[in-house]
Amino acid sequence: MKHRLQFAGKKLIRMLLLLLGVSLAAFLLMNASPLDPLETNIGQAALGSMSQEQIAGLQEYWGMDTPPVERYLGWLSDFVRGDMGTSLLYRQPVAQIIGQRLASSLWLMAFAWLFSGILGLILGVTAGATRGRWPDKLIRGYCLLISSTPAFWLAILLLMVFSVWLGILPIGLSVPIGMDAAGVTLADRLRHAVLPALTLSITGVANIALHTREKMADIMESDYLLFARARGESGRSILLRHGLRNVALPAITLQFASISEIIGGSVLVEQVFSYPGLGQAAVTAGLGSDLPLLLGITVVTAAMVFGGNLAADLLYGAVDPRIRRRAAKR
Amino acid sequence: MKKDWNRRKSAAVLFSACAFVLCAVTAAGLLLSDYAMETDFTQKNLSPSLSHLFGTDWMGRDMLARTLTGLSLSIRIGLLTALVSCVLALLLGTAAATLGRRVDACISWCVDLFLGIPHILLVMLLSLAFGKGLAGVVAGVSLSHWPALARVVRAEVFQLRQAPYLLAAEKLGVSRFAVARRHLLPHLLAQFLTGLILQFPHAILHEASITFLGFGLSPEQPAVGIILSESMRYLTTGKWWLALFPGLSLVLVVLLFARMGERLRQMGNPASVHQ
Repeated sequence: MKHRLQFAGKKLIRMLLLLLGVSLAAFLLMNASPLDPLETNIGQAALGSMSQEQIAGLQEYWGMDTPPVERYLGWLSDFVRGDMGTSLLYRQPVAQIIGQRLASSLWLMAFAWLFSGILGLILGVTAGATRGRWPDKLIRGYCLLISSTPAFWLAILLLMVFSVWLGILPIGLSVPIGMDAAGVTLADRLRHAVLPALTLSITGVANIALHTREKMADIMESDYLLFARARGESGRSILLRHGLRNVALPAITLQFASISEIIGGSVLVEQVFSYPGLGQAAVTAGLGSDLPLLLGITVVTAAMVFGGNLAADLLYGAVDPRIRRRAAKR
Repeated sequence: MKKDWNRRKSAAVLFSACAFVLCAVTAAGLLLSDYAMETDFTQKNLSPSLSHLFGTDWMGRDMLARTLTGLSLSIRIGLLTALVSCVLALLLGTAAATLGRRVDACISWCVDLFLGIPHILLVMLLSLAFGKGLAGVVAGVSLSHWPALARVVRAEVFQLRQAPYLLAAEKLGVSRFAVARRHLLPHLLAQFLTGLILQFPHAILHEASITFLGFGLSPEQPAVGIILSESMRYLTTGKWWLALFPGLSLVLVVLLFARMGERLRQMGNPASVHQ
């Protein structure tokens, strides 16, 4: 048990260092931006009519006169104490905004993550086991088509079919327009989340299924499988005892690596459906040069990605006895 | 006659066909770029017909011309960004594998760092750093695509260095440069080319996505991302053709590139010569 903890501890420290790196990189990139936050948010015409003092006040508000080193260290020391700063656009604490946005995004992402993972595994294993025949061709064709389709266009397409043409699902947002917050039911929220979640799941399946198929095809070519066939094992037992067991490790890697893609997809999908989630906040913050908010979102999403990698690393040991033993020897 | 027609030949034919279509789209887009900007308010909001196959928008611009111009722009940006990111990946991957442990640790850490930020966020940040616009898109897409490929190159070079013929060459006193040129390069080149073509679809999709979000090309340019984000405003009024055809053409172009990469991999693989 001790070496497991040590392993996890090492990974955790590496993850924290990487997070520090992410925050620094994101800060440097935003700081290097030649875009003037005053011009993008206030407009040249309005700026021209302002007095020098007003402009100076605004520049101070947007943090333009603070040296970058001081600004980053200030942000970092606040962050370590749990304060992520205040959003310049929303004028609310960043932690609060991220909390609210994440709560509505997490629904979508969790559903899409589980659904695309499970369906992708099933499709990938089926395609790999029947490679060269029609189920494989069908699944592969579907996956290639979907991986060539931009997520946002798929979202627009679904929106056109289900919301505009058939009119059975709402066009956007996460709650009905003009309704009291207290009157919103769970059914309303679900109805608004159906299309974004569906888009995310459809796009997520392709990658997982294609990679699982490759692994499964390799396994089907292997000597142990040939031997199992020669022994007269049935197709079902081959699939369960050799196929699924050996495909489990890459499947875990894929499943947890897809977190990053799902977050990326949610940025686009939320923008199309005007769904008030984390992705939409990231776009707003980016377009409006809201440094504290975009920095906060970047760090939080990167933490989710690294957390996923860590979970995958820890799960390997739990799933595969060989890795467990090797770790114990060290 | 039938016997000569093997899989490699059909792969070569399909590859050339894809390349030809893509070149034609690029050329057509360049030739039509002036026509795509022409506004004609007597012809606005027309649904698809024979004179306007893709319909017209609210300013009477022909959507087919706009789409072709946009695709042409996307293909050119895709070529440039894929090339830059592949060269970066090749250099950094090789550097990590050959320049010692410190350099390796440093580059691997950077790769982990870049892969940790969700891709679209990374492209957004990079595009912001370069002031959006064309420079933003090119920098954003090309500087964000190298990590995954660099990791592959690194693993490949590591494996190569342990290959018997390389160890023998080293023991025979062949200089490092000669080893790199005569043994590493030919081996990596095939992989590099395939990686390059397989990078196109990603590059084009990310270019369209980032432009769609408003971090890329400016609204006056006829990029596919701009066309699609503008079409969003007219969706609820039933102007379906504004989004359907440009998006569909984009998917087709990306699919063609993906097929091309696959064919090239088939042709470049010496093990499949006799198939």
